[in-house]
This record gives sequence, structure tokens and C-alpha cells, in this order.
Amino acid sequence: MDLRVPRVRPQALKVWHRNVLVWRKLITPSLLINFGEPFLYLLGLGFGLGAFIGEMAGLPYLTFLASGIVASSAMNTASFEGMYSVYTRMVPQRTYGSMLATPLDVDDIIAGEMLWCATKSTISATAILLVASLLGAVLSFAAVLVVPIVFIIGLCFAGPAIVMSAFSKSYDFFNYYFTLVVTPMFILCGVFYPTDNLPATLQSFVQVLPLTHAIALVRPLVADQTLTNAGLHIGVLLLYAASGYYLAVILVRRRLIV
Amino acid sequence: MTDTKATTAIIEAVGVTKRFGEQEVVRRISFTVPRGQCFGLLGPNGAGKTTTIKMILGQSHLTAGVLTVFGKALPDHASAVRARTGVVPQEDDLDPDFTIAENLRVYAGYFGLEGGDLSTRIAELLHFVSLTDRADARVDQLSGGMKRRLTIARALINDPDLVVLDEPTTGLDPQARHMIWARLRDLKQSGKTLLLTTHYMEEAERLCDDLLIIDHGAIIAQGSPKALIRAHVEPEVVELRGAGSGIETLLGGDADCRIESVGDTVYCYTHDSRPLTERLQAMPELSFLHRPANLEDVFLNITGRDLRE
Repeated sequence: MDLRVPRVRPQALKVWHRNVLVWRKLITPSLLINFGEPFLYLLGLGFGLGAFIGEMAGLPYLTFLASGIVASSAMNTASFEGMYSVYTRMVPQRTYGSMLATPLDVDDIIAGEMLWCATKSTISATAILLVASLLGAVLSFAAVLVVPIVFIIGLCFAGPAIVMSAFSKSYDFFNYYFTLVVTPMFILCGVFYPTDNLPATLQSFVQVLPLTHAIALVRPLVADQTLTNAGLHIGVLLLYAASGYYLAVILVRRRLIV
Repeated sequence: MTDTKATTAIIEAVGVTKRFGEQEVVRRISFTVPRGQCFGLLGPNGAGKTTTIKMILGQSHLTAGVLTVFGKALPDHASAVRARTGVVPQEDDLDPDFTIAENLRVYAGYFGLEGGDLSTRIAELLHFVSLTDRADARVDQLSGGMKRRLTIARALINDPDLVVLDEPTTGLDPQARHMIWARLRDLKQSGKTLLLTTHYMEEAERLCDDLLIIDHGAIIAQGSPKALIRAHVEPEVVELRGAGSGIETLLGGDADCRIESVGDTVYCYTHDSRPLTERLQAMPELSFLHRPANLEDVFLNITGRDLRE
């Protein structure tokens, strides 16, 4: 197995650019989904459920929920893109095969794909942030800092998703990852309620999950609270991103460079 | 490697070997492809042709041996080698998310090519493969032959010194195949070096200056098509159909030819077919075909008639 440390080169942007060009062709349906789904969530849960809950951890429930949904949507978007779309380009569509006949190598392809996953995360999370601010859920202008943060969240979740693609024999395999990894994080990491309410053992487990750190960064910025331990949280996300990248490159090399 | 050597030899393989676990798919093959030549890689399915090509492109890492392209060793310099190479892969991998012209433009981007010259280049290439009026069509609207032509145009986008074609005409109709042959001859005339795999012997005979026949991963013959025919088979062939089992008696022991029978056809390989054809003229119930030996006879003679796979 080729374990060499990957090189990140500017050529990765060519792979990113290819995906931008394809996305531009489908911009209307893409944006409709990006805005439509969170709008339903915030409207239904934020107002519907929020009317019963009132405040959560000292915040209006709509604000609490919106900040959680911004982070979890970055996770979902990067995971989805890193699995279904990356797998499509890697296996049935042979796009990577054609790229490997050019000066691009696997290191560039995976770096470009991770940047693209993070870009899509940023688009969808920013859409939610806009919807949330229209609904009055965003309490501080510091929320603009959420935009670079969700890019990092996207990178963090892109790596593991591409690792799954590199292993996978078919699309069915991705159901396991969503059921066993993405959904538990969505439910446990503080999107809907503060993690302090969880049993102690579960709390320490939740602390190693990246979505917890993603929410710890996004929520104070949206809710006009003091951001604490920002370096730690960003560090955890970047650590997931870097190790995901390395592992993804090794596994995709094993799959494509025979 | 010295500069002079790098200018004459485009590809140089010495003892190149590839193993997958216990299985040795390419066995110590050595060959040199000089600049400007069309070099053929022939062999039955599973002979190791595609693996060899993948090693040349750095898409597969050699287990042993030395392989250089443009004087640069693989797999370490794969990216630099591919920058000067055009590739027509065995299976279509055109980008279905783009139109014909966009396919070329996006692919050019992977080579770092952009700007105003690129539009001219794309127009020229589309003209070269007769797809100008299809520039805005989607890939899934193209026939198999058009897809191949687009793939050839795509392989030329970086004005490569070496063009690698892995079975470029498999599955095409005769019109499409002849058109691709003509384009490949144009490329050769323009000074490009071509590396071609095929199992159409006619194709190899028409296009290749020099070729290797490989089987079970090893080289079993090498030379120009004419030299291989001279070295491995008798110059003339008489094919007889519907002769039944008594054919050898019919031909008589003195026919001075080597006989192979496959199904209801008998192949007589000979240095002088005249005595045989004269005798056959007198037997109107037998249909026969008299032809010069070709590369396919060489191929079947040295790789055998057993089915592969």
C-alpha cells in the first residue's frame, strides 16, 4: 500500500472547479433544496416546538435550534457529497480515471473533492443562516464568522465520507454510515438540546465527536454569546479533516492505482 | 540518462514485471519505442497489455524492472510523464455532466491549459475528428464511434508527444474504424509517437511499424508486421470449407503444406500453393480461399487457437 504523505498542490483547484461548473448547471434545484429544507425545519420545529419550549439553555429555542441546524447541515452536505457524488465520479462515471490520465494525481483529486464538499457545506449552511436571520433567530453580527467556520466543518466531514466511498462496493453501503454515524451525531451532539443533560458516560463520548465541536463554535456566534475554547474546537475539526484526507488518499490510491 | 538517448527513445522498458500477490501478470518485459513510431502491443485478453499501459502512465506501480518515458522513471514522475502524453482508454470515461466542447475545455484545465488559444485548439480538434457540428451536444447523445472520436480529440488537447491508445476501435463499425485509422496515420505523420493495443490484427498490420506479441505476461514475438509474418508462418494460405473429415486424404500426402483444421474449415499454410490450388480448381464442390498470410495467422500460430477467459 502506498502510504506516502500526500502533497496538496494548487492543481486540486482544477478538480474543485470542475465540480463548480457542474453545480452551476443545476443551480436552481440545488439552491431550492438548500433553502427549502432548513426553512421547513426552522418553521416547523422552531416555531411549532419552540412555542412549547420557549427558552433552551437561556436562548430562544429558534436561535438554539437554528445554530444547531447550521452546523449539522454542514455535516450532512459534506457527508452526502463525499459519499454519493464522490462514489459516482470514482466508480460508475470513471471521472477520476480520466483525471489520472492527466498530470493530476490522487492527492489532487481528493484535496479538490474535499474543498468542494466544504464549499457545498458553506453554501447550504449560509442559506440556513440567511433564513434564520430573516426569521429573527440570529442575534449578532458576529454570525458572519460562521461562514468560514462551516467551511472547516465541511472539510472535517468530507474526509471520513470519502473514506467510506473508497471502501464501498455500492451505494447501499452509505446507509450504514448515515445510520450509524451521521444520524447519532445529529441526535446526540446538541443540535436540539444542550449536551449537559446527557448521562455522564454519554457526555464524554459526545465530546470526541466532531459535530459537538462544530456546534460549540457556531452557537455562540449566532446567539451573541462568548466563544470559548475556539482554538480547541477548530483544532479538533482540522484534525478530523487532516486525518480523513490522509486516510482517504491512501484508500483511493489502493482502489485506483493498482 | 543522457539527452541524446532521451530524444531517440520515448519509452524504454527493462525487465518490467508486475505481480498481484502470487500472480505474475507482466513478466520481465523489455522493449524500446523510438520517437515517431507507431508501436503495437498485441496479445489475447488477459495477456497483460492494459497493465503494461497502466504502468507506462503511472496508474499501476511496477513490481520490478525499470520503466522510463521521455527519460523519466515511473512511477515517481507519473505526473510529468502524463503532462506530455495523451491517453485513449479502453473504456469510455467522458464526463457525462458536460457537452462535447465542455469536455475538452474541462480536460484542458486538468493540464493547466486555458485562455484564448484554447478555444481555437478545441475548434481545431473538433474539426480533426469531424465533431464540429456536435460541439454543444451532450455525451449521452453520441454514438459509440463519436464517443471514441471525442476521446481521441481529448487525448490531443495537450499536444502530446506520445499518444497511448488502448483498443481504440473495439466495438466500432467499419466506417468509424477506417476514419480513426486515417486520423492515427495523420498523427504519426505529424511526428507523434503512438503506442497502440488492439486485438484486430488488420489494424496492427496497417498502422504499426513495430510490435510486440505478449501472452501470459511475457513477450513471445517482436518485429515489424512483415518480419513477423516471414518469421512465423508460411507466406500463403489456402482456406477450405465444407471439406469434411477426408480432407487430408483429398490433399494427398504430397501437398507440402501445414494443415490446421478448425470446425468445418481447413487452413493449409504453404510456401507454394500452386499445386494445391490447381488440384482444387478441379473440384468445384469445394469452396476455397487463397490469400497471403497475415498477422492474424502469426498471432494464432504462436498464441494458439484455444479460447481465452
